[in-house]
Amino acid sequence: MPADIAAFPGPAPVAASPRRRHGAQIPGWVSWSLAGPSVVLLVLLMLLPIAAIILLSFTDYRFGALEVSFVGFDNYADLNTDRAFWRALGNTFTYVAMVVPASVFLGLLLAVLINGLTRGRKIYQLIFFLPVTATLVAMATVWKYLLHGTIGPFNLLLKSWGLPAIDFFSDPDLVLGGLALINIWSLAGFNMVLFIAGLTAIPEELYDAASVDGMESPLDRFFSVTLPLLGPTTMFVIITSTITAFKVFDTVAVITRGGPRRGASDVLLYTTYLEGFTYFRMGSAAAMTVVFLAIIMIFAFLQARVLDRKVHY
Amino acid sequence: MIQTKRQTRQRPARPGWAGVCLARRLVGRLTKHTGEPSVSAKVELENIEKSYGATQTLRSASLTIEAGEFMTLVGPSGCGKSTLLRIMAGLQPQSAGEIRIDGTSVDHLRPRERDIAMVFQSYALYPHMSVEQNIGTPLRIRRLPTAARLPVLGRLVPGQRTARRQIQEAVREVADQVEIGHLLPRKPAALSGGQRQRVALARAIIRNPKVFLMDEPLSNLDARLRVTMRGEITSLHRRLGATFIYVTHDQTEAMTMSDRVAVMMDGEIVQCASPQELYTNPQDLRVARFIGSPEINVVSTEETARWTGQPLPDSIAHIAFRPEALDFTPKSAGIGVDARLLRHELLGHDVLVFLQTDQGTEITGRIPAAQWSGLAVADGRIAFTLRPEALLAFAPSGKRAPLPFSPDGMMPADRMLSHAS
Repeated sequence: MPADIAAFPGPAPVAASPRRRHGAQIPGWVSWSLAGPSVVLLVLLMLLPIAAIILLSFTDYRFGALEVSFVGFDNYADLNTDRAFWRALGNTFTYVAMVVPASVFLGLLLAVLINGLTRGRKIYQLIFFLPVTATLVAMATVWKYLLHGTIGPFNLLLKSWGLPAIDFFSDPDLVLGGLALINIWSLAGFNMVLFIAGLTAIPEELYDAASVDGMESPLDRFFSVTLPLLGPTTMFVIITSTITAFKVFDTVAVITRGGPRRGASDVLLYTTYLEGFTYFRMGSAAAMTVVFLAIIMIFAFLQARVLDRKVHY
Repeated sequence: MIQTKRQTRQRPARPGWAGVCLARRLVGRLTKHTGEPSVSAKVELENIEKSYGATQTLRSASLTIEAGEFMTLVGPSGCGKSTLLRIMAGLQPQSAGEIRIDGTSVDHLRPRERDIAMVFQSYALYPHMSVEQNIGTPLRIRRLPTAARLPVLGRLVPGQRTARRQIQEAVREVADQVEIGHLLPRKPAALSGGQRQRVALARAIIRNPKVFLMDEPLSNLDARLRVTMRGEITSLHRRLGATFIYVTHDQTEAMTMSDRVAVMMDGEIVQCASPQELYTNPQDLRVARFIGSPEINVVSTEETARWTGQPLPDSIAHIAFRPEALDFTPKSAGIGVDARLLRHELLGHDVLVFLQTDQGTEITGRIPAAQWSGLAVADGRIAFTLRPEALLAFAPSGKRAPLPFSPDGMMPADRMLSHAS
C-alpha cells in the first residue's frame, strides 16, 4: 500500500484545464444580490444610527430646536468637566464591579449544583431561569417592596431576628448594592443556563480519566477538569454579564430615579436619558452615548480577541 | 535508597546526570531487567454482576487473568465488555461479585488505589493541558501536594522543585518511549489521532502500573494506523511486562494481539481461550460466528443429511465449518457437495467463493488465488468436499456438541477409501 501511494504522481495541475466546474463559482452579481438585503438592513439599522449619534455629538442640537450648529468637541469638553457625568460613570463601574463577579460565580455555582443532580434538574433550571423571562420593570417594583426600609419583608425578617434594618434605597451608600442585588438575581439564572450548556459539553470520559489519574475529591476534579474546560464559557459569560450590567437603566428609573440624594445611584444610561429627554440637550446626550458605546466596544473587542486566542484550546 | 546514593555520587559528572539516572531507574522498572516481582499482577474476577434497574448488563462474569498476560475481552457492542473493564478500574461498582488483584480484594478501593492505568477510546486527554502536562498529571497528583497543583498560585508553594524536576524527567523518558518527545509543548488539539493515542499511552505508562486497562483504544484510528498501533501495543506489553486487559469489538485486534481472548456475549463470558483455540475449537455457536472473517458457514442438519444421506440426532441443530474447509480439488476425500456459484471476490492472495446449494443455503469458501484460476466451473455449478474433522457440531442451545459422524456408513464408500489412504 505505501509503495502504491508513493508511486502515484499526484493530481494534475488545475490550471491546465480551462473547464468551468459546476457549483464551484458564483457570479458576482448573484453574490451581491443575495447579500444585499442584509447589507441594507445592517446599514439602515446599525451603522446609520451610530453615525447619526456620532454626528449629533458634535452639535448643540436641542430636542425640538429649529437650528443646529456644529460645535466641535465642545460637548466632550463639557462632559470632562461635568461632575454629574463622572459620578454616573463611577457609579456604573462600581455597579458592574459588584454585579459581574457575583452573578458569574452564582451562575457557576448553580450550574454545578444542578448538573450534579440526578433528579429534578429541569425544574431547578426552570425556577432559576424565571427571572430572565420576567420583565425587569415589573420585578423592580416587587424588589422595591421586598427591600423597603420599613414595610419590606426582608427588613421585617432582620428586625424579627433583632438585627438593624437595612434600608437599601434610601441610604446613598447602599443604594448601588441594592440595585446590584436585583441585577445579580436576574443575571445568575441566565449565566447558569450558559454554564450548564458548557458543562454538558465536557466529555464524561475526562472525569473517568481524572479518577484513574488519581483525582479523587470532587474539588480536585472541579479545579483540574471542569473549570479549565469551562474557560471559553466563563469568558463569554463574563463579557455578556459585563455588557448587561453596563446597560443598567430600568431598575434605576423605576426604583431610585438616581437618588437618594442627588445622584447616589446615577448611572451612565440614566444620566444620558435625563440629559436627552428631560433637559432636551441631545448633543450632550449623544456625546455620552458615544462614550458608552466606546466602553461597550472595548468589551466586545476583548471578547473577540481574548476568547478566540487565549481561552480556546 | 541505593538510587539516591548513586545519584549523589555521579552528579558532578554532568549537570543532567541526575535526570539520566532517574530515567534509567524508570526504564529499569519498566523493562523488567531488575527482575522486580511487582511489574504485573494477577487479576481475578469472580461472578461479577451488574444491573441497571431491571436490565442486567453483566451476568456472572468470571475470569482469571494471569500476571503479565495480554487478555482481550471481545464481543459485539452492548455485550458488557466495557462495563466489565470500568468495574475493574473502579469507575463503577459491580452489583455482585468480587475483583481481586494479586489475591487481594479491591472492591472497596478507589481507582487511584488499585494500581491500574486506563486508556480510553476517546483518549480522554485534558484539552487545556500541553502534552507534557497531560502525561505528567498522574505523577503530579501523586507527588505534589494539593496546594501546589493550583493553577497559578501552586508555583509559589515551597519545596516542590525536586518533585517537579523529577516529574519532568519522567515525562520526557516516557514520551521518548512512545516517540512523541518532540510534541511535548503542543496541545492535544494540534495532534493527529495516532499522536493523541500515544499521549494517552504515555500517560498510562508513566505511573508504572501493574495492570493496564484499554477500552477500544484503536477504534478511532484509521485502518492503516490501527495496524501499526496494534504492533506497538503488543511490543509495549512485552517491554513493560505488565498485565494488559484490552477491550475491543474488533476480532482482528483480539486475535492478533492477545495471549488469550475472552469472548463476551449478552453479559456473559462465553469462552476464554487462545486465539487459535477460539478459531479452531469454538465452544459456542456465537463464538464460532463472531471469530473469523468471512464468517463461519453454518448449515442446518437437514442440509448435511442431504449431503451425507444420513440424518443426525436431535441433539444437534447446526453444523459449522470455516470457509477454508472447502476443498475444491477434484476427487478429494470427504463429504461431497455440489453447489451453484453465485460470485467470487478477489482478495489478492485469496479468493472468496460464494456458493448456494439447491436448498438455498449460502456457503462461503476461501481458496488460494492460484487455485481459483484452475477451478472447474461447469454450467455455473461447482463441486467441493468437506473433511469430516473440519466440521463442528452445535446443540440447539448453541453449545458445542460432539460430532456424531463416525466414519462407518456416514460417507460414500469410495470417498471413505480415499480418505483412509
